[in-house]
Amino acid sequence: MQPFTTHTGVAVPLRRSNVDTDQIIPAVYLKRVARTGFEDGLFAAWRNDSTFVLNRPEYAEGSILVAGPDFGTGSSREHAVWALQNYGFRAVISSRFGDIFRGNSGKAGLLTAQVDQKVVQRIWDHLEDRPGATVSIDLETRTVKAGDGVDAIEDSFDIDDYTRWQLLEGLDDIDITLGHEDEVSSYEASRPSWKPVTA
Amino acid sequence: MGKTLSEKVWDEHVVRQAAGEPDLLYVDLHLVHEVTSPQAFEGLRLAGRPVRRPDLTVATEDHNVPTIDWDKPIADPVSRTQVETLRSNAAEFGVPLHQLGDADQGIVHIIGPQLGLTQPGMTIVCGDSHTSTHGAFGAIAFGIGTSQVEHVLATQTLPQAKPKTMAVTVEGELPDGVTAKDLVLTLIAHTGTGGGQGYIVEYRGEAIRNLSMEARMTICNMSIEWGAKAGLIAPDEKTFAYIEGRTHAPKGEDWDAAVAHWRTLVSDDDARFDKEIVLDASTMTPFVTWGTNPGQGVPLAASVPAPSDFEDADDATAAEKALEYMGLQAGTPMREIKVDTVFVGSCTNGRIEDLRAAAAVVEGRHVADGTRLLVVPGSARVRLQAEDEGLDVIFKEAGAEWRGAGCSMCLGMNPDQLEPGERSASTSNRNFEGRQGKGGRTHLVSPLVAAATAIRGTLSSPADL
Ligand code: SF4
Repeated sequence: MQPFTTHTGVAVPLRRSNVDTDQIIPAVYLKRVARTGFEDGLFAAWRNDSTFVLNRPEYAEGSILVAGPDFGTGSSREHAVWALQNYGFRAVISSRFGDIFRGNSGKAGLLTAQVDQKVVQRIWDHLEDRPGATVSIDLETRTVKAGDGVDAIEDSFDIDDYTRWQLLEGLDDIDITLGHEDEVSSYEASRPSWKPVTA
Repeated sequence: MGKTLSEKVWDEHVVRQAAGEPDLLYVDLHLVHEVTSPQAFEGLRLAGRPVRRPDLTVATEDHNVPTIDWDKPIADPVSRTQVETLRSNAAEFGVPLHQLGDADQGIVHIIGPQLGLTQPGMTIVCGDSHTSTHGAFGAIAFGIGTSQVEHVLATQTLPQAKPKTMAVTVEGELPDGVTAKDLVLTLIAHTGTGGGQGYIVEYRGEAIRNLSMEARMTICNMSIEWGAKAGLIAPDEKTFAYIEGRTHAPKGEDWDAAVAHWRTLVSDDDARFDKEIVLDASTMTPFVTWGTNPGQGVPLAASVPAPSDFEDADDATAAEKALEYMGLQAGTPMREIKVDTVFVGSCTNGRIEDLRAAAAVVEGRHVADGTRLLVVPGSARVRLQAEDEGLDVIFKEAGAEWRGAGCSMCLGMNPDQLEPGERSASTSNRNFEGRQGKGGRTHLVSPLVAAATAIRGTLSSPADL
């Protein structure tokens, strides 16, 4: 996994709440057996609309998505995270994320920065006044920044310590767990014999 | 201080606990299907890792499979590749697989309980958000992403931060004709789609205790629709009776030991929940959705709301967008909404009891002109049982289409999809934009409302017939 420390990039204001994972990538796009190429399906239903924010040339280089509350609710499909990453997004800012989506993002290396909805609102306003403007995210200090001078927006964001550490280090969860192999084996030795097996 | 049910189950599965780290939980059962597993198996292959416990893992084909001509090769080449990839991965890694044509093939959340693999006090995961279904047995069961699927395949464990606990107590008795589906839709309309976020929820109270196991599964299934991490119900005699004798149920002395342990799986009287909600079942009525998330619902007897009915500005905007997408006018009585397709099936309502309920309504009647009724059993075994009971004949005589088992129109990954603008009444769990086919419009309903709607052609309950 690619470590994440800081990132500055074009931010895309997505003024919608409750963007579920079916909106991020509809089920018909989930049939691939590889991890790449899912950008085609990203926000598929909205991409036909020429006024949809991702279709505007100013946002062509977008790498930070700024979305309304409850982003990534619904289905567990990690393809939603891959679609965002395959498209070029490194981070999503929202005031509330679907649990499974947030977990998936951490594992796959997409930063989910949770800020107050008021901050989202200010960033939206800022970006809409200056389409193509950048936002900076610093995971070390857990801060997001946009604009400068008197209008500058700077606030801290929430992310749990463990995910932050993993993202900063670019660590693979499985390697960490395999390091505790002896604990797993001793747990297994103590499991009741009546627990079901599938084979 | 005592412990809640979910705390007891959680604590029994902690392999490792360390400050600043999530708990490392042992996974008792890992369910696998074709859509969210290929990249996980690929990851194992690249790293040269085996599946640690194939004997605690089981796979099935459900999301993609056709429900007609399922005995022939899958026509859609991309779906076929995905199913074939699962078959070769299962063979390579030694994972038991119930494939198309096998009596135990079916929707992953239907076959776990059906095989007796789902038992109280277990931890169960699957790359599918409706894994919460298995909570009906007093298990902690939740959906995971593909990276986590790979993690469980490789280690049989999962690092997880301990969620908060919530009790949803449903007092009183459900009136006749009001089902578990109505109850859970009412709950979600009450809490909103984010109301359960960060919690493991225990459903309890008289109304929950009175529900059958199948109805309890309907409730737990939809826990994720209000954002809960998982939902569970304390096991009782009904739970034990449901499990006893099934293929993977404990036998003989093992059964006695298991039941003795299962009886301890209740929240202690002095346990504290982080949050509590109390609802009264006796005031509930058939409930249907009008919008594009499961929280946008009203009683069937009500009318389509107006955006101005919502105090919260975001809710009002969401309502406006939903009404536009759904092609609905505020103020239209729900009962006057004309439906093109009725879908009975899914892991929410595709079990035998659901099919019986729907069949009882359509028996001796005929599906309305201009409406189609699609009945898709949740598993091959449910289909066989329904055919044994003659339910297929009742459905076919009423003009319904009787299909093979799978997810089907719940998410439209196979050919069973709505056309743009087409409206459905569906016993599934998600009315998201485009969920059942691009541009399709979904109303979530109970099996009873689905069946009555098929007969009248507009949203209805059996009482309207
Ligand atoms: S029936 Fe629907 S909700 Fe259930 S597992 Fe299949 S696609 Fe998911």
